Amino acid sequence: MESDARRVARDVVADDGWLADAERRVARDPASIVRLFASAGRHCGRASLPQVEGWTADEAARARLLLALPVAAVPRRVEDLYRYGDADEKRAVLKALPLLPLDGGAVPLLHDAIRTNDTRLLAAALGPYARHLDQASWRQAVLKCVFMGVPLSAVHGLTERADAELATMIADLRDERDAAGRHLPDDALALLKQLT
Amino acid sequence: MRIFDPHIHMTSRTTDDYGRMAAAGVRAVVEPAFWLGQPRTNAGSFADYFASLVGWEPFRATQFGIRHHAAIALNPKEANDPRCREALELVPRYLAKDSVVAVGEIGYDAMTPEEDDVFAAQLAMAIEYELPALVHTPHRDKIRGVARSLEVVRNSTIDPGRVVVDHLNEVTVGAVHDSGCWMGFSVYPDTKMSPERMVEILRVHGLERMLVNSAADWGRSDPLLTRRTGEAMLAAGFTDDDVDTVLWHNPVTFFGQSGRLDLTDLRGGDPTYEGNSILRGGS
Repeated sequence: MESDARRVARDVVADDGWLADAERRVARDPASIVRLFASAGRHCGRASLPQVEGWTADEAARARLLLALPVAAVPRRVEDLYRYGDADEKRAVLKALPLLPLDGGAVPLLHDAIRTNDTRLLAAALGPYARHLDQASWRQAVLKCVFMGVPLSAVHGLTERADAELATMIADLRDERDAAGRHLPDDALALLKQLT
Repeated sequence: MRIFDPHIHMTSRTTDDYGRMAAAGVRAVVEPAFWLGQPRTNAGSFADYFASLVGWEPFRATQFGIRHHAAIALNPKEANDPRCREALELVPRYLAKDSVVAVGEIGYDAMTPEEDDVFAAQLAMAIEYELPALVHTPHRDKIRGVARSLEVVRNSTIDPGRVVVDHLNEVTVGAVHDSGCWMGFSVYPDTKMSPERMVEILRVHGLERMLVNSAADWGRSDPLLTRRTGEAMLAAGFTDDDVDTVLWHNPVTFFGQSGRLDLTDLRGGDPTYEGNSILRGGS
């Protein structure tokens, strides 16, 4: 998955030269990324990329702009672009995190995304970069996916990381849902079965 | 009847309102940035508000098949508070966003020198970002407020065809009609404008450059008064096409000048997963 995403960022964005020019500008002048990042979808489109599942053209273009930043500028720009981004920009930042030269310093962005009620941001926060998330936060985020109906396929490395505590939490939610005459999504039931 | 509400403050409305609006035929809205009842006291408060207009509100709207766009600006009332003035520096960042189709609401509240500065500065931003502008007119001293707003537009290099002057009535519509600007009307339950008065204005001044909105917000207001106005037009003898011109084509034409209006795939582009969303209760 991560290598696919890198390929997206490198190779598969079709554009008329706008992106290559934008990358050169960002490399030279990191501050220029602010406006270029916001307008990337208007230049590169927003279609799903058939080459790599789960990525759209604007997300890939935005990943390329982030990859064009001088390494020293990455942490600050990532935080700033997320903070002042619209929902698509925030999602693009989250998806690009595992591709960037970052340690665990961008974890606060994951916490922010997980706090929202936007299912797209929640899902994007649980990609490969979520390995930096502490286990308690990660469990709560997975449980929130179950609660909001986000497919668990959005959670990177789910079966490796799921533990008995998560199983207890999902089982409790299942009991509450059953009492209300509602049911857990099938993927959550399957995970529960696997864990118990 | 398909409806594009060109001015509504969904931040102040409930999720049930989105459901009622969708059932009434509302398919697209523009939410301009304005004040919230409780005055804000710092620029960060605006950053969170603007973020909501390009984040949470579009997400909420999409659950109901409604396309949400925004207009961004520092409003004239809070432009007078020096603690909020820094918010003006945030505005350009949000003007670059995909779903932002205008600068607004700009204009006058009490016609102070601070409002003069912020109005002119934001008209200049509209030109720089190639966006139309939505001009609020004052509730008090409106006649002179409209005249002064039109003067500011004339003194700017912005094309009047890219400006809507809003909250008009029988007394103020004529001057705006003659200026070449678009004319906005906020149909309210018992103040600004009623559906019947609106129909009469359309009969006298025609349908061209006319925008009818609910301006529904935290005050006494009703997001369905656009629909009621369409019904009043039909009852008065206007055709279905006339109603479509006023409630759909006109706002599409006006905000389409941004080049960013996105009305594609209105029913199919649901960003939720398998319909699971705040429709079902959220977290």
